[in-house]
Amino acid sequence: MTILIDSPDSNNKSLQPKGWLRYFSFSLDHKVIGIQYLVCGFLFYLIGGTLASAIRIELASPISDFMPRDVYNQVLTLHGTIMIFLWIVPVVNGAFGNYLIPFYVGARDMAFPRLNAVAFWLIPPSGLMLVASYFVEGAAQAGWTAYPPLSITTPQSGQIIWIMSVLLLGGSSIFGGINFIATIIKLRRPGLKLMQLPMYCWAMLGTSLLVVLSTPVLAGTLILLSFDIVAHTGFFNPVLGGNVVVYQHLFWFYSHPAVYIMVLPAFGLVSEILPVHSRKPLFGYTTMVFSIMGIVVLGLVVWAHHMFTSGTPPWMRLFFTIATAFIAVPTGIKFFNWVATLWGGKISINSAMLFSCGFIINFVFGGITGVALAQVPFDIHVHDTYFVVAHFHYIVYGGTVFIIFSSIYHWFPKVTGKLMSEKLGILHFAITFIGFNLCFAPQHWLGLNGMPRRVAEYDPQFQFVNQISSIGALLMAISTIPFLLNIFLSIKKGKDSGDNPWNALTPEWLTSSPPPVENWEGDAPLVEEPYGYGKPISQENLIKKT
Amino acid sequence: MLNKNLYLILIISTVFGISFWIGFNVNLLPAEASINAPIYDELFKILFIIGLIIFIGMTIAVIYSLFKFRKRKDQIGDGIALEGNLSLEIIWTIIPSIIVLIIGLYSYNIYDRMGGMKELNHSHEMMTSNTEKIWAGISQVSNNDIASNNLSVEVSAMQFAFLFNYPKGEFISGELHVPVDHKVSMKMESKDVIHAFWVPEFRIKQDIIPGQPTILNFTPTKVGKYPIICAELCGPYHGGMRASIIVEEESDYKDWFNKNTKTEVSL
Repeated sequence: MTILIDSPDSNNKSLQPKGWLRYFSFSLDHKVIGIQYLVCGFLFYLIGGTLASAIRIELASPISDFMPRDVYNQVLTLHGTIMIFLWIVPVVNGAFGNYLIPFYVGARDMAFPRLNAVAFWLIPPSGLMLVASYFVEGAAQAGWTAYPPLSITTPQSGQIIWIMSVLLLGGSSIFGGINFIATIIKLRRPGLKLMQLPMYCWAMLGTSLLVVLSTPVLAGTLILLSFDIVAHTGFFNPVLGGNVVVYQHLFWFYSHPAVYIMVLPAFGLVSEILPVHSRKPLFGYTTMVFSIMGIVVLGLVVWAHHMFTSGTPPWMRLFFTIATAFIAVPTGIKFFNWVATLWGGKISINSAMLFSCGFIINFVFGGITGVALAQVPFDIHVHDTYFVVAHFHYIVYGGTVFIIFSSIYHWFPKVTGKLMSEKLGILHFAITFIGFNLCFAPQHWLGLNGMPRRVAEYDPQFQFVNQISSIGALLMAISTIPFLLNIFLSIKKGKDSGDNPWNALTPEWLTSSPPPVENWEGDAPLVEEPYGYGKPISQENLIKKT
Repeated sequence: MLNKNLYLILIISTVFGISFWIGFNVNLLPAEASINAPIYDELFKILFIIGLIIFIGMTIAVIYSLFKFRKRKDQIGDGIALEGNLSLEIIWTIIPSIIVLIIGLYSYNIYDRMGGMKELNHSHEMMTSNTEKIWAGISQVSNNDIASNNLSVEVSAMQFAFLFNYPKGEFISGELHVPVDHKVSMKMESKDVIHAFWVPEFRIKQDIIPGQPTILNFTPTKVGKYPIICAELCGPYHGGMRASIIVEEESDYKDWFNKNTKTEVSL
């Protein structure tokens, strides 16, 4: 016997917390905080998505006719900043991390519940501050990278508010990272070994290490930049003898690991979802753990590949090319292992599964263009063009956002005790997948043929392809309708899911759905084989359910 | 079993066939108009084919699994309890490592052929101030003898225009005129924020940085008019910051040069 289930009594729902007002309170419950992160992040996703629609409307015609040029630059700056710092990072780390990690380690809450609540409550004010900066003197308009001297010479109040907002969000991220590391290392249930943890714990451990190591560098850099703006120091101001390329090094020392902060948790989540719905153990657990840690180490030493055209010495270009391309190896291992997880399973084709498989296909595509971009001679032509825009949207949207949706379909019954509509879910997947590829695949061609990024006007020969891309964006906007409909309908009158609708073996499913306040009525179960599908333990579980 | 292997070989060779066919027949790139361009396109073709093989292969594997291993209505229970396969995992660690290494070495070779690994030309005539402060992009060496007879141009970028100073002719132009098959050396400096000099048909790009001159060399090979595009966000009119490079026959270039120059100087 490998699992000790403290037979949760699913009829006894009295321990389940009630009332939606707790989601607006300074709650210390990790499950409440997780949902706060998710809903808050999704609201910002809608704002960021509206901004993206505005960009695609502007780009449907080759002249700048939809909004003033400086507003366009504010829109693209806000779009990037909101999507990264207020949607993907908080949701894929904060939301799912807070909800799942205490279950996975067998704890009743995170290591530092109060710090956890503080970390969340930093997000809404800094997000609102960022959005509101538009109404002061115009929002920041130097791109989410805020390269000086442009960020020093554009209107100051917007840029300063942007810096303050990113500093607060970075602080929130660091608090979260410390909390996850402490929880995973110190709060494990007695008897639970590190190598028995579900893969998402490893992903969050790796991610949190990156957060704690690299975010302070971004904070320091932005503080220096703010000195340049308000106190007229000369760190990055060439007029005063500053060096603008130093800023780029410091900025990308955080912002490249930030890519892994956005995708590693998604790698963890998909590793939880695929085994459950294909009824097979996760293929190659040990290599998965090592490849996560490999990505963490390599991810810290590849930042200068964002600066191949900035003027870097040849040896540095060579080193960063090789280091970047080698990230493909541990990443490739993970993708081969996921396909091997599907292979020979008994796959339920549902919304969660479709979004996960869509993720695999999109991310492989984005990964291939990534390896190409790592090559200096290749990058020199397409750097700062729509090719790069297409590449990173394949990674963060086609990759991470697909997994966020997949995870919502997978864990919705856990949080609400209700099933989501599969019909609406599959419709949502179909529109998203088609719209996404229609929007971003043509942008590779645009970049190769001469359309730079961050422009409001372009050569008329690119109009047709841009319009295809804009139609794709329209489909992506439409795809949120079946999703939101599904969420509200399922909460209102979804079918009762029971405690464990997927017959999953990971610990969060071994308690009632929704879970009681302190996660388990008795002691947390010891789950030594979270992926023991096809084994006697899983069969017993199945028989018990039927 | 033999049958199964046969199918596998058939599928793999089809994937390779399709990828090679697309790689050789689908052109995603603009015209080739500099010495760099054919070298770049060679790298692009190789990466495109390898990428297609991996992408098509993985997509087929995912879609095939979804169909083949989907749960039928009458099925209960789990799939096979397969937790891993060390030899398979070693194979798909080592093969990608080798591919990545080969791509890395190959692109190093390409970069070298583009002149990227060359020592900077320290006798650059315009290099008056601190040599160590000058950073270069691709330092192309021409394939013909006229290479020693460089055309030097000083580029200054500002919000939102490029200006081309011809020191030998002592004039400044808003269009960059260059003779075909001549090596052009540019020293670029920005007056305000970061800009970038990009000519898609030449496959070259270099940031133009304030307080930090950069060098870009290239050799055009095809007569024509090509866009010069700023590729680094530089302010509201970034999208409109464009200029033209006009590659012309040497005699045409001389006529243009003489028309503009104040003092009669031969090329």
